[in-house]
Amino acid sequence: MIDLNTLDKYNPLKDIAYQLIDDEGKPLDKKWQPILNNDEIMRAYRDLLFERTADLMAVSYQRQGRMYTYPPNLGQEAIHIAAGMVTKKQDWLVPAFRELGAWLAKGVSLREIFLYFKGNEDGSRFQDAPRMLPVSVPIASQLVHAAGIGYAMKYQQEKDVAIFAYVGDGGTSEGDFHEALNFAAVWEAPVVFVVQNNQFAISVPLKMQTRSLNLAVKGIAYDVPSLMVDGNDIFAMHEALSYAREHAVSGKGPFLIEARTYRAGAHTTSDDPTKYRSKEEEELWAEKDPLKRLKGYITQAGIGNFETEDELIAEFKKRIDSEFEAAEQHPDYKIEDVFGFMYQEMPDELKRQKNIYENYLGAVK
Amino acid sequence: MKVMNLVQAINDALDLKLAEDKNVVVYGEDVGVEGGVFRVTEGLQVKHGPDRVFDSPLAESGIAGSALGMAISGMKPVIEMQFDGFVFPAMNQILSHIARFRNRTRGKFSVPMVIRIPYGGGINALEHHSESPEAYFGHTPGLKVVIPSTPYDAKGMLIAAIEDPDPVIFMEPKRIYRAVKQEVPEEKYILPLDKAKVLQAGEQITVIAYGAMIREAQKAIAIAKQKGYSVELIDLRSIWPIDRETISLSVRKTGRALVVTEAPQSYGPAAELISIINEEAFLSLEAPPSRLTGFDTVIPLPLGEKHYMISPERIAHEIERLIKY
Repeated sequence: MIDLNTLDKYNPLKDIAYQLIDDEGKPLDKKWQPILNNDEIMRAYRDLLFERTADLMAVSYQRQGRMYTYPPNLGQEAIHIAAGMVTKKQDWLVPAFRELGAWLAKGVSLREIFLYFKGNEDGSRFQDAPRMLPVSVPIASQLVHAAGIGYAMKYQQEKDVAIFAYVGDGGTSEGDFHEALNFAAVWEAPVVFVVQNNQFAISVPLKMQTRSLNLAVKGIAYDVPSLMVDGNDIFAMHEALSYAREHAVSGKGPFLIEARTYRAGAHTTSDDPTKYRSKEEEELWAEKDPLKRLKGYITQAGIGNFETEDELIAEFKKRIDSEFEAAEQHPDYKIEDVFGFMYQEMPDELKRQKNIYENYLGAVK
Repeated sequence: MKVMNLVQAINDALDLKLAEDKNVVVYGEDVGVEGGVFRVTEGLQVKHGPDRVFDSPLAESGIAGSALGMAISGMKPVIEMQFDGFVFPAMNQILSHIARFRNRTRGKFSVPMVIRIPYGGGINALEHHSESPEAYFGHTPGLKVVIPSTPYDAKGMLIAAIEDPDPVIFMEPKRIYRAVKQEVPEEKYILPLDKAKVLQAGEQITVIAYGAMIREAQKAIAIAKQKGYSVELIDLRSIWPIDRETISLSVRKTGRALVVTEAPQSYGPAAELISIINEEAFLSLEAPPSRLTGFDTVIPLPLGEKHYMISPERIAHEIERLIKY
């Protein structure tokens, strides 16, 4: 369990990541017991496997030309699944664009996600996830929104609400990252900032991005308690996020987690990582794969086995395919969809532009 | 001469200026090792060194503002905004400082820098990857704003932009990055930054376009030609300043004008061009000048682009309507 002593022991200036299991899934401390019970651990395994399967299938849909540019999550899933377990229904999720498992846990459907990456804004409605913001492409810009939501939650005296806001390592160079930390700190806003440090901003490695010792130290100057965590260790992430949420909702203000991980796939399906990194490096990180480590823990703790994994994956694939087909069967993109959501009421000028276009279409029919 | 597409021509211009002028540096997000997400700067870091061609931290405002610092102290930075929609965090630096530094300091400091921006839609991209923000820059006093549509123009205009004593917004129509190929001189040449170009002479109507809309206009003109119409096509090339002379001479001759832009309609380049046509050629007009532009809406994600992007058929239809007016 994390407490104030842990925060002291893992002060970002010491540059040690909070970690509970090793690369094979063995607890580093023999006396350590997970706060998750066996059912929860097995569920985390299934959720992680599901995210991975869905993510790989998304990449293959893109390769088949059935979907446009997509940002793969491969290798970062432990962060998302841990966040999913910690995030409550009343919490807000402020995404960047690479947090698939966390979105699913928040109630976003795969159908919506596929629809969005097929190129339809209808996929950003998130019908069953009212407190989920849309994907934010301009890097780090979403973080200041999180500070504002945090202020609103406090002002409206909503208790037990945290805002989980995501950014990548590259995003910590943007001004908005720093403004968001400062605003949230000054307002004591209940924001949990999660920096997914996957080592690369497209092609640019972390060492070219910053001279900071690590990314968690960036919280110190803003008086935001910060913790660097092994992001491929689902138990460490779960404990860290649980602590961070508790910190935020108890009125102590924001918390920053740097989750150290590795983007095992490309930045997006348009990117080719062989241009800028080595196979050796990829293989080194594959040893730290979050699914492998979780399965290692489950095996050595004797709480489950993977004899039915193939069937499980087959069942997942069926579900994922049917979600994708539902996205493909979504109604055609209409002219109304271009114009209809610009204002609450469509101004006459927009009606006029729409009419002119429709008249043209009528004339050439 | 060598056959090049737009990407290669821009790369060639950068290569040439990097070799010729030690004060030229090229930087931005992923432009160094990776050679840019569109591969425009490919090979330049290896050739010219990592202190001349490099990846900066991920911060567009920082990229633009630091370039001003370099520019006022004797260097010639050419920076890249990775996508049109990513220039917005840099707008503070561009509007508040880059465009105004010369005037504010009464000429003590000039800002000889180039901001390259791949722009425009029609490439099935994510949000913020398909914008046409040229009007913001054209509306900002102190900037020169150019958009080449051919490899030949791209090379000559980029060299001119780098040599220009003032800040130049150099917008690159990414939709046709690799679609247009032509013979380009391998040696250095300079093209003006303030001149439109008559791409095709015609008698009955003047079509004015730029960037990726040139190709759509050319297809439209081929359709119109089959119906017997004679169309003059002008590639605007410079968004600011606008080449009044070329436009007014043409419209006075043809008596009709159609402006085609991908950018949204209101307060956009088409509005400015039609004002100029009214000022310069009003008495020659045989039909009200017309514009086909993007709607005053957010450019839709890929599945909606079919409604937003201007098709050759639509341009041809409007050409015919104006000629029959």
